[in-house]
Amino acid sequence: MADRFDLIVVGGGPGGYVAAIRGAQLGMNVAVIEAEHLGGICLNWGCIPTKALLRAAEIHHLLHRLDEFGLAADNIRFDLGKVVERSRAVAKQLSDGVGYLLKKNKVTVIDGRGRISAPGTVAVDLDGKPAGQFSAPHIILATGARARTLPAFEAGGDRVWTYREAMVPDAMPKSLLIVGSGAIGIEFASFYGQMGAEVTVVELLDQILPVEDAEIAASAAKAFTSQGIKLLTGAEVAQVKKSKSGLTATVVTKNGGQEITVDRMISAVGITGNVENLGAEDAGVTIDRGHVTIDEWGSTGAAGLYAIGDVAGPPWLAHKASHEGVVVVERIHGLDDTHPLDISAIPGCTYSSPQIASVGMTEAAAKAAGHALDIGRFPYVGNGKAIALGEPDGLIKTIFDNTTGELLGAHMIGAEVTELIQGYVVAKTHETTREALANTIFAHPTLSEAMHESVLDALGQALHI
Amino acid sequence: MAISVTMPALSPTMTEGKVAAWHKAVGDAVAPGDVLAEIETDKAIMEIEAVDEGTLGKILVAEGTEEVAVNSVIAMILEEGEGQEALDLSAQEQVPPPPTLEPTPDPTHTHTPALAPAPVPVAAPSGGRVLASPLARRMAKDAGIDLSTIQGSGPRGRIIKRDVEGRPTSAPASAAAIAQLPEQGVVEIPHSGVRKIVAKRLTESWQTIPHIFLNIECELDALLETRSRLNERADGAYKISVNDFIIRAAAFALAKVPALNVRWTDTSMHQLSSIDIAVAVAMEGGLITPIIREADQKGLAEISVEMKDLATRGREGKLMPEEYQGGSFTISNLGMFGIKDFGAIINPPQVAIMAVGAGQKQAVVRDGAVAIATVMACTLSCDHRAVDGAMGATFLKAFKGFIEEPLTMML
Repeated sequence: MADRFDLIVVGGGPGGYVAAIRGAQLGMNVAVIEAEHLGGICLNWGCIPTKALLRAAEIHHLLHRLDEFGLAADNIRFDLGKVVERSRAVAKQLSDGVGYLLKKNKVTVIDGRGRISAPGTVAVDLDGKPAGQFSAPHIILATGARARTLPAFEAGGDRVWTYREAMVPDAMPKSLLIVGSGAIGIEFASFYGQMGAEVTVVELLDQILPVEDAEIAASAAKAFTSQGIKLLTGAEVAQVKKSKSGLTATVVTKNGGQEITVDRMISAVGITGNVENLGAEDAGVTIDRGHVTIDEWGSTGAAGLYAIGDVAGPPWLAHKASHEGVVVVERIHGLDDTHPLDISAIPGCTYSSPQIASVGMTEAAAKAAGHALDIGRFPYVGNGKAIALGEPDGLIKTIFDNTTGELLGAHMIGAEVTELIQGYVVAKTHETTREALANTIFAHPTLSEAMHESVLDALGQALHI
Repeated sequence: MAISVTMPALSPTMTEGKVAAWHKAVGDAVAPGDVLAEIETDKAIMEIEAVDEGTLGKILVAEGTEEVAVNSVIAMILEEGEGQEALDLSAQEQVPPPPTLEPTPDPTHTHTPALAPAPVPVAAPSGGRVLASPLARRMAKDAGIDLSTIQGSGPRGRIIKRDVEGRPTSAPASAAAIAQLPEQGVVEIPHSGVRKIVAKRLTESWQTIPHIFLNIECELDALLETRSRLNERADGAYKISVNDFIIRAAAFALAKVPALNVRWTDTSMHQLSSIDIAVAVAMEGGLITPIIREADQKGLAEISVEMKDLATRGREGKLMPEEYQGGSFTISNLGMFGIKDFGAIINPPQVAIMAVGAGQKQAVVRDGAVAIATVMACTLSCDHRAVDGAMGATFLKAFKGFIEEPLTMML
């Protein structure tokens, strides 16, 4: 006889635990099945611990700029062990916090690996042994994703790292090759670069940060290059040879091949959904290219079976997973005012130095969609707060439909843009037009003023440039 | 530059109208005073006249188009020497004006219809703001779609981009599109302008005004006697109806109890100096309430003749706004249909309405004996915010006095 719940969530990451809490808020009896650690990759091996590492790198970088601010310090150095220790402590604190939140909301946490064993039933294995059967009319798959590996090199050892090994280095590599220039690759490039490693980034496409607007990506490339990071675009790692102390990678570009010898390598070539051993296909779920296929309400098509977050496909972002979780649960509960998530208004942030953030369509995508565009640009150098902070490098680009004034996209690079982007996300979600944004009062002196000026520039009314 | 002819605001409450007919065709010469078109408003059909001389260059809103927003351009007049290209230039210039209640015509480019605006203040409809995103507003405006015809799918029914997208742009098409497809065997009849305004105002009244109902019975025998004597010597100059007596009696009762001759507003009570009695008249597809102004100053014959004229034109939809807007008090009489007794809904900002039933012979007890009398039941609906029960009763007592002793209202 299986234990019965109103809702079972398989996976306790940012999609799963948020869905569970929302379900509990709505009066459901909810269970979360978690194989490893509450909070998922995001809290334990992703978003949060990398932010702790990057904060250390940022402070380290600033310490080398003290003279600009009239300050001085001698003998600047770091203890990598402590930097990593702090990052792990931050992750632990937040993971424990999730446990507390689930307990507070009376969500049952079941340790182990969940598998759909029959319609409406989840069998749980713990350490390879059966640990119970649980049933519920509604089951949400929120099992997340893991690093994708390429056939040219096996990742996940002491030389070729995935994000997981890269987050807990035992020593600072002198030289580092990073394969892939998405947010993960670029954040590690920024961290290791600012901590003193010689970093080379290899990107298969012609642009680093391939999902970002080309103009912003070019600006980022310029900034990273000036920091000493080598960027190889349109390039592929064909072969990796391990040596005694490090490894040698053969990198092929259209100009031919070159051998790069480094201490360590990080593989950041994307992720793939954790769809295996879920019993999903037997339950009638479609798996397409490593991800569960869902409709706009998170339904897999199998009765009472839903999927959210990374396992259900891109964009692989924690906030997208959480929002999907809430939508699915509210839909199950029958709340009237539930709406499918608007994929055009999901922000994306890269916490490198400089930071990069965006929402909506890139200029190229907007053009391809047939919009006539009004584009606004405003550089940080025209912003008082940016100058005072000593952060004059940055650009805020806004893209509007010329006819309707709709905010199609916003793309930013510079200090704190990952915090600023939310202003545009709110605007976009609520369909604020160019004119409505122009009529909004922005506090002075703030970096946000540059957001206003960018909108004004799209109207041909920028004041400070 | 071509001159724009816009949908006029024929009354303060009018937000849209129907282009009932065009009297001029494209290419026709127009001179000031020429009738260009007929506009059907919420309650009447009005003609709009040209104020400029020229040629009708373009008709932008076809005959029969409903729900045309006030101030939207319905036609273009070319001035002497102007060609087709002037239309294009003007078209580019037209930015649809914001939906303000007060039209602000541009003296050089906008045709102001030669119409006297209705001077009578009427309560603005309190329909409330349509919830819509700025983008949806902008797109609807550009496409000429009335937001109030759209069902919003955003949070709390907010109209968002996708609700506006892909909707037909012309008003009649959109009106048809939003209506649900009727089931088989059901014939769909679009609401007339009158029906819509009746629905809106009565809903507003019933939902916001705390109604109280006071009932009184009046004996009519003396009145009927007086009426037949008066009509006998009329020689066809007039034929006074029972309703004409009721109008006059109500006017006299209001003069005696001025506390009912008021308008209610949220901040204050407005005491009226003139006693203007509105009378509900059934018309096709709705009802209209023409007004006998200063009814207490008018004789029965005068009231009778005026009422006939107003009722006739009202049924034909030909009343001017000032002939049916405003008023102190309304009488609704269903006696001719044999209705004995009913209650009516107040027409705000008025504070009372009297529902009049049929005069029917019935047994009454008079001086301890059963007698036969013609009895008419009247129900006064009062806005309890403005009128207390005792005050309404005082009015009804005065009214009953005039009805039962008609000589007292001959003074």
